[in-house]
Amino acid sequence: MGRAAGLAALGTAFVAVAAVALMVGPVAVPLGEVLDALRGAAEPPVQTIVTSLRLPRVLMAALVGSGLAVSGAVFQALLRNPLAEPYVLGVSSGAALGAVSAIVFGITATSTIALPLAAFAGAVTATILVLAIAGSRARGLDTRVLLLAGVVIGAFFNAVILLVINFADVETFRAAMLWIMGSFSGASAEGVATVAFWVVPALLGLIFLARPLNLLSVGEQSAFHMGVDVPRFKLLLYVVTSLIVGVCVAGSGAIGFVGLVVPHALRLVGGSDHRWLLPASGLSGAIFMVAADTVARIVVAPAELPVGVVTALVGVPVFLWLLLRFDEL
Amino acid sequence: MGTTPPAPAGEPLFRLRDVSFRYEGARAPALEELTLELEAGELHAILGPNGSGKSTLLRVMLGELDPSPGQVDFAGRPVSSWPRREIARRVAFVPQAEPLAFPMSVRTLVEMGRYPHVGVLGRATAADDEAVHRAMERAGILDLADRSITTLSGGERQRARIARALAQEPSTLVLDEPTAALDLHFEMETFELMRDLARDSGFTVVVATHNLNLAARFSSHLVLLGRGKIEAVGAPAHVFVDDTLERVFQWPVVVTPHPGPGPDEGAPQVLPLSREG
Repeated sequence: MGRAAGLAALGTAFVAVAAVALMVGPVAVPLGEVLDALRGAAEPPVQTIVTSLRLPRVLMAALVGSGLAVSGAVFQALLRNPLAEPYVLGVSSGAALGAVSAIVFGITATSTIALPLAAFAGAVTATILVLAIAGSRARGLDTRVLLLAGVVIGAFFNAVILLVINFADVETFRAAMLWIMGSFSGASAEGVATVAFWVVPALLGLIFLARPLNLLSVGEQSAFHMGVDVPRFKLLLYVVTSLIVGVCVAGSGAIGFVGLVVPHALRLVGGSDHRWLLPASGLSGAIFMVAADTVARIVVAPAELPVGVVTALVGVPVFLWLLLRFDEL
Repeated sequence: MGTTPPAPAGEPLFRLRDVSFRYEGARAPALEELTLELEAGELHAILGPNGSGKSTLLRVMLGELDPSPGQVDFAGRPVSSWPRREIARRVAFVPQAEPLAFPMSVRTLVEMGRYPHVGVLGRATAADDEAVHRAMERAGILDLADRSITTLSGGERQRARIARALAQEPSTLVLDEPTAALDLHFEMETFELMRDLARDSGFTVVVATHNLNLAARFSSHLVLLGRGKIEAVGAPAHVFVDDTLERVFQWPVVVTPHPGPGPDEGAPQVLPLSREG
């Protein structure tokens, strides 16, 4: 089938992009030495650069890219709106506030799962707020109100983040700024393990729910009459996507527009069937984020850009293009 | 499947007892102490002016809205107690309109109707493909299968939604104003399809419609609503009375028999008069 071949091609593309990401940087490492390093057989400096510095970063970018892209696709189906996305809806900012608060007020010292849990709580709070605002005016969610609510809630949470970090020391301040823009510069093996522990099962779960999600993307009333327990299913989807967004933001900060650009491009190529769209979004989100992070690392070397700058430079034009087209539908 | 025993012997398929419903923030109830029984195997038409509660009645009947107070039974069981997939194998619903956020092919849309049979993790089998094929054939859209929904006319889209409902292989089909935006040709085709389903295939069909005359020709049982209450119920000849229709629709009318030729000759038809007598 065309779709299986498409997924295989995306998988191959991911391996290629990841290989390039491991090769390039201040110290260029040829492919042969990268492969040696992955087997643990490279010379000490190269071994450290590849497996301790670049590999965790590539894996973190891949996990977060997958998580945000799939969450974006699910938000779009839930709200039947191609513009819905965790960052645009302010959910990522809510998660960032949760994460920053946990760090500044020292909750993270108590346990390793405190940070992702705090980010999850922030994501859930933002989701509830945005839906309450957008749903309060009329029956059904109005696109304009939804987007406005998301932008305003996002701006509000960012302001609260800046307020909260005033209680922090200078080092935490720098870290908190990275959370607002998003960066993988702090990626570690432990961080990758924590994110993978939550995000991988959640992503697989969402992919298994593709069929009822297809029904929901057509309309809640129709999905109900075709056998979907709509209220429970929606609640489950909001909880799982908030968990993914929370954990991703806890790992790397609020990175925008991945969940918008990736599913949209895939819908143009292969249609809106979530049985294909969700796994393809997972793979493509990983490709997009690893590529964006590699660009962020090398364009202004030896300094580096926050990866959120790169994704926004790509994502905002796509968002505007969609905004102008969607009103015609 | 289409042969599911519709209801225990002697039980109506739908039984509504003292059903009221009020939308949040609305001043007047949309439905008020409504009691109604709909028998299996008939074509029932729900009639009434705009805002009389037709759509609300359908949504309450199908468990989408919970009445307060009141009780709704489907096939002898409270409608809200049916597991969603189980009732979706027996009852399918065709919504009035469905704005599509994402384009998809007609076949993909119709295949969604197999969800109550296939479930979350099941794989579609040859039997599912056949059911989808039969549903598209019955709705007359086989030649549109690979077209994108967005390229279809209003009438073609409506048939695609009917095909999706038929793909559920229900024994009961409920339609909310299926011909609201359709021309004469599509409208007649839709009513003939509904009549054939009830007459030849053992379906129970419930349709909310504004087309009084087609309802009177094709249905065996009419329910006339006004302001959330039943104004008249029964055979077309019983419901189509000048005074009743004038009172409910607030407009002078005359009821005359269908002139024929054809099987509908003699069916009561309503003609609105000019108000200046």
